[in-house]
Amino acid sequence: MSLWRQLTRGLRGLTKHAAADQDVADEVQHYTEQATAELIARGLSPEAARRAVQLELGNATIVREQVRASGWENLVRTFFADLRYAGRQLRNNPGFAATVILILALGIGASTAIFSAVNPILFEPLPYPHAGRIMMIWDFDDNGSRLPLTFGTYREMLERSRSFDELAVMKPWQPTLTGAVHPERFEGQRVSAAYFRTLGIQPVMGRDFQPADDRPDSLPVVILSRELWQRLGGDNLIVGRQMKLDGKLSTVIGVMPSGFENVLAPEAEIWTPLQYDAALPPDAREWGHHLSMVGRLRAGVGILQAKRELDTIARTPVAEFRRPSHAALESGLMVNSLQADVTSAVRPALLALIGAVILVLIIACVNVTNLLLARGAHRRGEFAMRVALGAERTRLVRQLLTESLLLAALGGCLGMAVAKIGVQLLLALSPAQLPGVNAIAVNGAVFAFAFAVTTVIGLAVGLIPALHASRGDPHTALQQGSQRTAGGHQQTRRALVVVEVAIALVLLVSAGLLLRSLQHLFAIDPGFNGSHLLTMQVQASGDRLDDDSTRLRFFQQSLDAVRHVPGVSAAAFTSQLPLSGAPEDGYGVRFESSPTGRPDADNGADRYAVSPGYFETMSIPLHRGRSLDEHDTANAPLVAVISESLAQSKFPGHDPIGHRLRIGPADGPWYTIVGVVGNVKQASLALSQSDAVYVASAQWRLFVDKAPWLVVRAHGDAAALTPGIKNAIWSVDKDQPIVRVATMDDLLAASAAERHFALVLFAAFALAALALTAIGIYGVLAGSVAERMREIGVRAALGATRSNILALVLRQGMALTALGVAIGLIASFAATQAIATLLFGISRLDLVTYVGVIALLLGVASTACWVPAWRAAQVDPAITLRAE
Amino acid sequence: MTVPGPSTDENTDVIQGTLDMLILKTLSLEPMHGFGIARRVEQVSRGVFKVNPGSLLTALQRLERAGWLDAEWQQTENSRRAKYYSLTRAGKKQLEIESADWKRRASAIARLLNVNAEG
Repeated sequence: MSLWRQLTRGLRGLTKHAAADQDVADEVQHYTEQATAELIARGLSPEAARRAVQLELGNATIVREQVRASGWENLVRTFFADLRYAGRQLRNNPGFAATVILILALGIGASTAIFSAVNPILFEPLPYPHAGRIMMIWDFDDNGSRLPLTFGTYREMLERSRSFDELAVMKPWQPTLTGAVHPERFEGQRVSAAYFRTLGIQPVMGRDFQPADDRPDSLPVVILSRELWQRLGGDNLIVGRQMKLDGKLSTVIGVMPSGFENVLAPEAEIWTPLQYDAALPPDAREWGHHLSMVGRLRAGVGILQAKRELDTIARTPVAEFRRPSHAALESGLMVNSLQADVTSAVRPALLALIGAVILVLIIACVNVTNLLLARGAHRRGEFAMRVALGAERTRLVRQLLTESLLLAALGGCLGMAVAKIGVQLLLALSPAQLPGVNAIAVNGAVFAFAFAVTTVIGLAVGLIPALHASRGDPHTALQQGSQRTAGGHQQTRRALVVVEVAIALVLLVSAGLLLRSLQHLFAIDPGFNGSHLLTMQVQASGDRLDDDSTRLRFFQQSLDAVRHVPGVSAAAFTSQLPLSGAPEDGYGVRFESSPTGRPDADNGADRYAVSPGYFETMSIPLHRGRSLDEHDTANAPLVAVISESLAQSKFPGHDPIGHRLRIGPADGPWYTIVGVVGNVKQASLALSQSDAVYVASAQWRLFVDKAPWLVVRAHGDAAALTPGIKNAIWSVDKDQPIVRVATMDDLLAASAAERHFALVLFAAFALAALALTAIGIYGVLAGSVAERMREIGVRAALGATRSNILALVLRQGMALTALGVAIGLIASFAATQAIATLLFGISRLDLVTYVGVIALLLGVASTACWVPAWRAAQVDPAITLRAE
Repeated sequence: MTVPGPSTDENTDVIQGTLDMLILKTLSLEPMHGFGIARRVEQVSRGVFKVNPGSLLTALQRLERAGWLDAEWQQTENSRRAKYYSLTRAGKKQLEIESADWKRRASAIARLLNVNAEG
């Protein structure tokens, strides 16, 4: 009831305020008349009675105001009045308003854009039911890093563990669809039957995989993504149809829902059962470390509990599950939440970015606070007048906060536009393998974030100036005019500039370190000559090429055809390509003998099966012996070339030529070392190269690689050769897909993509910070010079030369900068810890970076100081003093 | 001397927080307009309490919104509008609460003062 009254009466005061005012006026009027009538009745003259009532009542207007001001609606009313007033203030100073709004828009926009990028990746739950219960499980390698699991480990955990509702393993799969006009290769996954149940997503059409589909002798079945289904024609009756994949007829049994996001293999659009042998034959693929395992925790089981259980199982082998030595699970198993697992690579960079953008936001706020303080100094007369007319201090603070909130709101609106553009830029710049990149968008959460940031900023930037303005004695402020004395606000403004300089230094140092890291990275010799090099993967698929010798002949003929394409200077095939990003193809290498006495200890090496001319095409230098050539055919003696690093570690100070080694199985054939070549970066420029063994494709006995890489050295532009080379291969066999075409320069750039991404953003933030800081320094000095005009005039009159005055102002500005730099240096030592993982080849205390950055900052700061200093030096004492 | 004038030592502003109670008490006798309430408080307190019109009218608005008073506009003889206030049932209850509370405090203070006088 009373709430209702509060509301209706208040709303009436707002909507029909004329009538409401009339009511109050009437009541006061009636009160006055009654009081007067009573006095007249007591014998006073009407004149005397009116005077007496006037004295008792005081000013009737004030009484009316008092009553009017008591309801809640008055707060609303004054808020709107303040808003109107604030709007008028801004309209009267469009330059000031535009500057502030622009600075805030950039700050809010940048942080909102970063938030919208980081939020879905790091913080929003993955798009699965109870996503927090989905875990990734890994084995450990000798260094304690995560290692893919064997199928044997999966089988044992599936049988023995009780912590999981579902467990599934998976590996990549790239089937080729034939029978259509052009062969097409898909990205897909081979998964154990429970894969989709583990994620908690079911096919919308057809059925999920069943255990019966997942046996070595089961018929091939596939489930399609909705997107692939649509690309294939969107046939509603597709379930039950067959498609020819890798030459085998596979039955489509289901289609996944649209929007099914498969974070474990974002590219995958087709799935088939793993079909491994649950009987675990020894020395078969079931015991290779090549599977990823995902599990869904039972409700109520925590991650630590699950880890403890798996570790217990790992420590207590049972006879039923015999483990080979390379999968003995001696270090237990690694259990990560899926979210942490897929974001682990990008988390440090993203967190560092959040830190950087917050710093930019702080600088923007500091700058706006500074501008507001400067304006406050100009408006001191106005505030004094309002106080003199009866405004309370809180009322003044409220009005100023309204002004800054209005500025923040306008900045926020513009900031959302900036954020939208920023998100587009981020998406364009971001490395492709960033997980959750598709989820990046400006949505409700982002709006809420921007709104919160805007409000906080409005209060933060407004509070100091508001308190400053409302402080102080109106009397002196009115008397003194506003221009002559430099008040306490100068002190605050100087402190703020110091803060700005310090933050800018932190950002500049971070950007500088990243830049230097990237320089170091690109200065690294990958071990081959990457320019004018075109690479692509050629696939041999279909029944016709199932036979090893046919396949080998196809590749040989393709190579001959490619070598005849105009513009090609050399070409070769290799089973794995450096910097391609493909998983490394490592084998155990055992030497027959070694001067180190440990011929077969811990030697995993990358295995390359290459065609003749590979080293020449890649320009990998030959250090000793000979390279592999046409004479190394299937029937010739088996030979191998090893990398310099392998030669160094196994034959230090000796010639390895003529020694023999085995690759892979312990009973495999011996290969004789005929040459040593330079080291090559296989995985990435940043990682140290792994040991390498090269054999001729024709002499690799285990199998013939189905999808080798073709490398082509061009005389001129490598990319331009693409169509000619594709046609040359298709002239041999038109059914073979050619994928992943890229120049080596592209691959080099991609291998540094994440660092590059971080660098671009940090550089942008650092430059913004530098510009804002320069504006801040300039603003403070300009304000200080304007306020000290008279003092400077006096100095000039007393004989100070122009250079004296110039030095005076410059000294003031540079002292602030120097203090800021000192604080910023200390902050940088701490802050660069956050980007330590992104650095490469330099210490985070890299002297060159620090010196360079400080020089840059001092240069910009002195430029910003120069203009006000020069203006001060132009002061004509006669004019300034006469103006008094 | 009942002619109102500037505050003297004898008449003081109503004690902070008791104005509401005094208004409710006055209106519990009969509906009244603002000036009537002010005069009644002054008369009954024998001029000890002087009601400030601004505070009074503000308080009336507040009490009306709280649902303790009803307000009604009436036409006066000289065809002016006068606002008459009356106590609602909720107002009566509130008056009971406030006067009970006041009595408790007043007697407590009286006891304390007596102790002081004796000690």
